[in-house]
Amino acid sequence: MITTDTTGAIPPVGETDDDLIQLLTPEGERVYHEAYTPRIEDLDRAALEGLYRDMVLVRRFDTEATSLQRHGELGLWPPCLGQEAAQIGSGRALARQDYAFPSYRELGVAWTRGVDLRKVLHQFRGEDHGGWDPAEHNFHLYTLVIGSHALHATGYAMGIQRDGDVGTGDPDRDRAVVAYFGDGATAQGDLNEALTFAAVNDSPVVFFCQNNHWAISEPTTRQSRVPLFHRGRGFGIPSVRVDGNDVLACYAVTTEALERARSGGGPTFVEAVTYRMGAHTTSDDPTRYRTKADEEVWRRRDPIDRLEVLLRAEGTGEEFFTALDAEADELGEDVRSYCRAIPVPPASRMFENVYATENALVSTEREWFTEYSEGFLTEEVAR
Amino acid sequence: MSTSTTPAPDTQRLAMAKAINLGLRRAMERDPKVLLMGEDIGALGGVFRVTDGLQKDFGGDRVVDTPLAESGIVGTAIGLAVAGYRPVCEIQFDGFIFPAYDQITTQLAKLHYRSRGAVQVPVVIRVPYGGGIGAVEHHSESPEALFAHTAGLRVVSPANPADAFTMIQQAIACPDPVLFLEPKARYWDKADVEVSAADQVAGGQAGLNTARVVRQGSDVTVAAYGPSVATALRAATAAEAEGHSLEVLDLRTISPIDFGTIADSVHRTGRLVVVHEAPVFFGAGAEIAARISQECFYHLEAPVARVGGFHAPYPVSKLEHEYLPDLDRVLHAVDDVLAH
Repeated sequence: MITTDTTGAIPPVGETDDDLIQLLTPEGERVYHEAYTPRIEDLDRAALEGLYRDMVLVRRFDTEATSLQRHGELGLWPPCLGQEAAQIGSGRALARQDYAFPSYRELGVAWTRGVDLRKVLHQFRGEDHGGWDPAEHNFHLYTLVIGSHALHATGYAMGIQRDGDVGTGDPDRDRAVVAYFGDGATAQGDLNEALTFAAVNDSPVVFFCQNNHWAISEPTTRQSRVPLFHRGRGFGIPSVRVDGNDVLACYAVTTEALERARSGGGPTFVEAVTYRMGAHTTSDDPTRYRTKADEEVWRRRDPIDRLEVLLRAEGTGEEFFTALDAEADELGEDVRSYCRAIPVPPASRMFENVYATENALVSTEREWFTEYSEGFLTEEVAR
Repeated sequence: MSTSTTPAPDTQRLAMAKAINLGLRRAMERDPKVLLMGEDIGALGGVFRVTDGLQKDFGGDRVVDTPLAESGIVGTAIGLAVAGYRPVCEIQFDGFIFPAYDQITTQLAKLHYRSRGAVQVPVVIRVPYGGGIGAVEHHSESPEALFAHTAGLRVVSPANPADAFTMIQQAIACPDPVLFLEPKARYWDKADVEVSAADQVAGGQAGLNTARVVRQGSDVTVAAYGPSVATALRAATAAEAEGHSLEVLDLRTISPIDFGTIADSVHRTGRLVVVHEAPVFFGAGAEIAARISQECFYHLEAPVARVGGFHAPYPVSKLEHEYLPDLDRVLHAVDDVLAH
């Protein structure tokens, strides 16, 4: 159960703590784990500083985007505030040739896939339904219908199998897919069908569930009576539960899952236990369904704070943090000016790419609309 | 390619189910990225045997027996298409397509659009549809209007073995998602099909874009598609005995609809009857009647008539012959438009 005790020691996450993989405590102390600590041994201080920088810059971008919505520059924004470790830790475990299918809150994953985050703004400013070329980054477009893309990820993984890019032992060839979704999605039929298809086909796909405790206003208890990672087990899929606010553990667990997938071991279900520190979207009002005390508990489990403690303890100097602050400020300023400069698309855009081939109906309607629109211009000139 | 020589036509007498089977085989031979997926399509060859023998020849990776989950079939097909494959899904019966309706309409239909052309999803969804085979509930539906209403999808239906053979190959070669509706009552109709090794998609995508005049006439145009074309042709034969000349159109494609061919015919006849098994209310006939009334207003001698299913759930099989538009109902509508 989520405790609201804010006075004593920081309570452990979840109810089956034995199953929770954690390599870095909320207090910033390393925890030894026989299976997973070896998986982060390659992360030297520069790598840890890199993960920290990832999280700080993504949070800054996210905060700026929320603020841009408040100023009327975006129609909507779904903040990833609080979920940076789950997204950066898992995202940095992906190889270049792997492919990720995000939901719509995966700003951190987008960052790890090399997407110019400013492109994500286009969708939420109402200028585009996508914003980037998925093939350029092996990062699919955001999917807004909950759970649908878990099937797309599984199908893509079935394609990888047919390409023969599984279990060759060639690290530059073997590939895998990660499907990102939340606790709410686990109730969807499509997610369960994806688990079924992946399981019976041994497909190279990692189901990465960010259990952020809230599907808009509904707590996870409205989605499941068992811990979510038990869902994976029910399909015969190896399943793990990880501290989603621990970037090291998320990296280690995802690395293992991807290795299994690429080598032909089939799917893995990862439940990353984290917390949506912000609203569902900027249209939401969390004060109607959760308490400040709950939020405070999770604020003290902040994914960024704990890594900062570790870095300082392990010798990262103040100049690193100062320089990063300056970089974040610069990024924030750039985001604001970029966003305001995104132009309204021409109305003809409505008719583009409806089909990949010429379509008589679309052409007829586009011609009518063009003529109709130009009629107004002619009238204005006549006046 | 104008210099290529045309091989001697190789004609076989084939039932529609077999013609589709052969079309699938040709598409799979031509392109290794083509794969079939669906329930019971492997060892069994599908409940209508349309995929008979294909798994044996192409293997389980290309003729995939899927879990019993239609949304899963279409959803994973989308992922396979993103990965560069050309999946051909079989939905076992028309009434079972609705678990996949969300994937088809919110995902498949929109991905090319929302990616502004960056992602193509050349997925074909084959659906045995329509009634007339004495089936139980949910096995005789005609849901084409629901899909034609969704931008981004093509909806086509062959009416004879020759078109079925060609159109399935054109659908697979098409970069757009295609709902390929197979009139199950016509699966066993036989006809001569030219199956020469010549590239059957060489003719472009004619069957996916254009209607065809299948019987010329001068008094009334009868526009039909899929299972209703045979009914319309029978009606034309019967009407001839009464001295009425019916022109029969096989629409072949429901999205887009080839209004040009319909309008040309109506310019000649001045009268139009649209026939389909789907309910008349909000059916394809409604759209055709509206467009033709608008475009051919001064050529029409009578209001456009529609013949189709009623606004009632598809009935029990003992009554389906009363529900389906038959020769008499078509002739009744012909009489109506001629009475004006």
